Amino acid sequence: MKNAVGRDIPDFLLTGGKEVYQGKNYMDGKYLQKAAPKTRRYEKPQESKLVETIAEALRQCGCKDGCTFSFHHHLRNGDYVANMVVKAAVEELGIKDITVAATSLGSAHDVIADYIEQGIVVGVQTSGIRGRIGDVVSEGKLKTPAIIRSHGGRPRAIEAGEVHIDIAVVAAPTADCVGNCRGIGGKSNCGSLGYAMTDAKYADHVIVVTDCLVDFPNMPASVEAIDVDAVVVVDSIGDPKKIASAAARISQNPRDLMMAENVAKVIASTPYFKEGFSFQTGVGGPSLAANLFLEKYMDERNIKMGWAIGGICGPMVELLKKGKVGKVIDVQDFDLDAVNSINQTPNHFEMSASQYANPANKGAFVNKLDFVVLAALEIDTGFNVNVLTGSDGVLRGAPGGHPDTAAGSKCCIIVTPLTRGRMATVCEHVVTVTTPGDCVDVLVTDYGIAVNPLRPDLIECLDKAGIPHVTIESLKEKAYSLVGRPDDLQWEDKVVAVLEARDGTILDVVRKIKPYTIEED
Amino acid sequence: MIPRPKPERFRLRRTMMFMNAQKPGLIKDAYIYGVDSIMLDLEDAVAENQKDAARFSLYHALKTIDYGDTEVIVRINGLDTPHWEEDIRVCVAGGADGIRIAKCESAQDVKTVEAHVLAAEREFGVEEGRTLLMAALESPKGILNAYEICAASDRMFGVAISGGDFRKCMQTKFSPDGVDMMVARGQMLIAARAAGVQCFDTVFTNLDDEEGYRAEVMQNKAMGFDGKSLINPKQIRLVHELFAPTQKEIIQAEKIVRAYREQSAAGVGVFTVDGKMIDIAFIPGAERTLKLARACGLYEGDLV
Amino acid sequence: MEILKPAVAGTLESSDLMVTVEPGENGIELSLTSSVMNQYGRQIKETVLDTLDRLSVKDAKVTVVDKGALDCTIKARVECAVYRSCDQSQKDIDWGGVIR
Repeated sequence: MKNAVGRDIPDFLLTGGKEVYQGKNYMDGKYLQKAAPKTRRYEKPQESKLVETIAEALRQCGCKDGCTFSFHHHLRNGDYVANMVVKAAVEELGIKDITVAATSLGSAHDVIADYIEQGIVVGVQTSGIRGRIGDVVSEGKLKTPAIIRSHGGRPRAIEAGEVHIDIAVVAAPTADCVGNCRGIGGKSNCGSLGYAMTDAKYADHVIVVTDCLVDFPNMPASVEAIDVDAVVVVDSIGDPKKIASAAARISQNPRDLMMAENVAKVIASTPYFKEGFSFQTGVGGPSLAANLFLEKYMDERNIKMGWAIGGICGPMVELLKKGKVGKVIDVQDFDLDAVNSINQTPNHFEMSASQYANPANKGAFVNKLDFVVLAALEIDTGFNVNVLTGSDGVLRGAPGGHPDTAAGSKCCIIVTPLTRGRMATVCEHVVTVTTPGDCVDVLVTDYGIAVNPLRPDLIECLDKAGIPHVTIESLKEKAYSLVGRPDDLQWEDKVVAVLEARDGTILDVVRKIKPYTIEED
Repeated sequence: MIPRPKPERFRLRRTMMFMNAQKPGLIKDAYIYGVDSIMLDLEDAVAENQKDAARFSLYHALKTIDYGDTEVIVRINGLDTPHWEEDIRVCVAGGADGIRIAKCESAQDVKTVEAHVLAAEREFGVEEGRTLLMAALESPKGILNAYEICAASDRMFGVAISGGDFRKCMQTKFSPDGVDMMVARGQMLIAARAAGVQCFDTVFTNLDDEEGYRAEVMQNKAMGFDGKSLINPKQIRLVHELFAPTQKEIIQAEKIVRAYREQSAAGVGVFTVDGKMIDIAFIPGAERTLKLARACGLYEGDLV
Repeated sequence: MEILKPAVAGTLESSDLMVTVEPGENGIELSLTSSVMNQYGRQIKETVLDTLDRLSVKDAKVTVVDKGALDCTIKARVECAVYRSCDQSQKDIDWGGVIR
């Protein structure tokens, strides 16, 4: 069945009330029955929840075949914890048929790719999939299709019981003996623990893994002891070098800077750019550089940013410290400047993934967002964006908060070069729709700006400000004139991943890619 | 194949950006930054054993890429190398707008290149005289012969000083106040103006020194340069900004041109604008200001 | 042209390609890898074979490692490798004739 972005969704996925994507805000006003976890009572006072090994903690939490683990990705490519836990379950407890439900998976998790190949990990639910896991899933080696959700779609699915977490694992830079966790104060600091918060509230069991045990009470706690079953101390939860970069540097690439400047121009041309506006930006080259140029316009008009959300890094913290932004609230920190600022700098707060982006709660932060600036692997003439699959059809990306911020914000700006190497970024049809075009408003490329025809008001703003813009079709044609028209990818029938829209409907599927051969005429 | 219009000998050349002709990723779309001229480099940027490869790459770039209004100049290897003759052939065959003669020291150098360009135009069926020339002065001898170089050919549209080599010859080094090259810049400018060609300053290589760069560009403007050679797209904007006429200059120029046209139609040769005596001698300057203003997007009137 | 000796042109940088030609006896034996194989493999192969054909190369082992180069770069690298293999790459190139 075709959905609202023209993607054919196979019928076998449309069971149990699953629907295809119908357009933005389709679920608005409907009711959701929250699914409460089944948790153990610890009535008798416990001196400590410390357990010697991860295997022992898993045993205590009743880990069995068919178990679903949840992990969060604040330790990014430096994460050791997901591997340790899955390894302990498989090697020491002999657990089979595991589902890994993570907020993101990457090159740190190649061990899990091995277990997928061995048929031990049979399910993957994630908001990002990179590295060898992406390869093996694309090769069709996972028993069930992977489910890809946005950062807001994931807490929605958890709260609705569509994902039932048996054991949530919190990788905690610091924890006390009963499981109060914080993202700072240890040796593997990551700042915010926002993605772990919803998981801990809705999991049947919660295991905290830390490499820095601190005195009770570890306050203010991001994950609270009231939700924690066991605490395990290990030598190291991650490689600090890969957890947070020293400082996210603003790109010096002239192409990035040119695009970033145009992004700021577009922002400044809209009526939303006024005292107290709200803003989120990605950390890609041109997205992050937009901060720099935006500051110039803020100074010129003598206005301040009310608040900023997101994954946060240094340049935004800098603005906060300069008093140019009122509050910064984040689910994740990308560099040491941000890690060292959250809950330390006045007005720099932490929030949960649900608070950030969940479309099914009573109003997430993204819903109050004026502007979001985002990158794309591909964007098509319907303004649909792909941030998941590479040009070869292989899973190697992350919807993350992209679809959530795009849908919630008043003005969503995609910034991307027109081509990357020989790949046309602006194209006829994206390989996979991860953010539907009805949520995307403006495209800024190095060859020109295009405004979604659904937004005549923004077109007028640009015209008034004298900002030249063209149709997205003309950008696509320009791209193809440079790199040539690509051949269509060759797919097999097998669905390897299902892409859920943030509201839980099905936006797209990713199929197994056929081994490439050049057809002889 | 992208047919390029016949190059204009005198056009706006505020910025000329160097690009290694051997790097496909760089040359494919250098025009997007709004530079006036692109300088595809076959000389210093290309390793000695890759000169051949760079020419193949250059030929197809010239024939394939739509550079639009951006002028495309090629810097060829010096006349003391085994490369320059083939460089000229590929430039002309590919349809480059102009050739920059590296290490030019005399009018004879220009004439030598011109003869080869003409031969190449005949060989490849290119309109005779189409390919423009400019000279880079890189030595004291080049500076001393600046006038004869500028005046050596009708194809010559300008001269540029090349700071790196020149400073070496002079046994000096970069100085923030420009004193190291003050005389050379001045002498070259005088020669260029006397010969009626354009004049371009050298590159500023320290990309992190924003203040130093600004000071040099302001000095360039004050000295009367037409433009500057650049090594990075991020240098473009400042030159265009600082070389742009001020609002006051534009209004003044507009008044002068308008008044002149009205008065001369009525047979009056000398008249006053805002209390200032104006005659025909003011007109080229005023028109140049308006043209520059238009190019900078600051003037939309119909006087030029 | 006859491939007289092995020759290489190009680099493995992004947007470039490396072409190696070697003498061969059984027509064109092309080995092609590309970072954009799935979408442009067919077109790259066509461009390489067309260029070899234009240069009248009948027998050669040709290895292309492509990093997302545009067609104009592919042509330039193939031509340069072939001319180098015949020691003819330095001058009197037939611009606009065989090279086009």
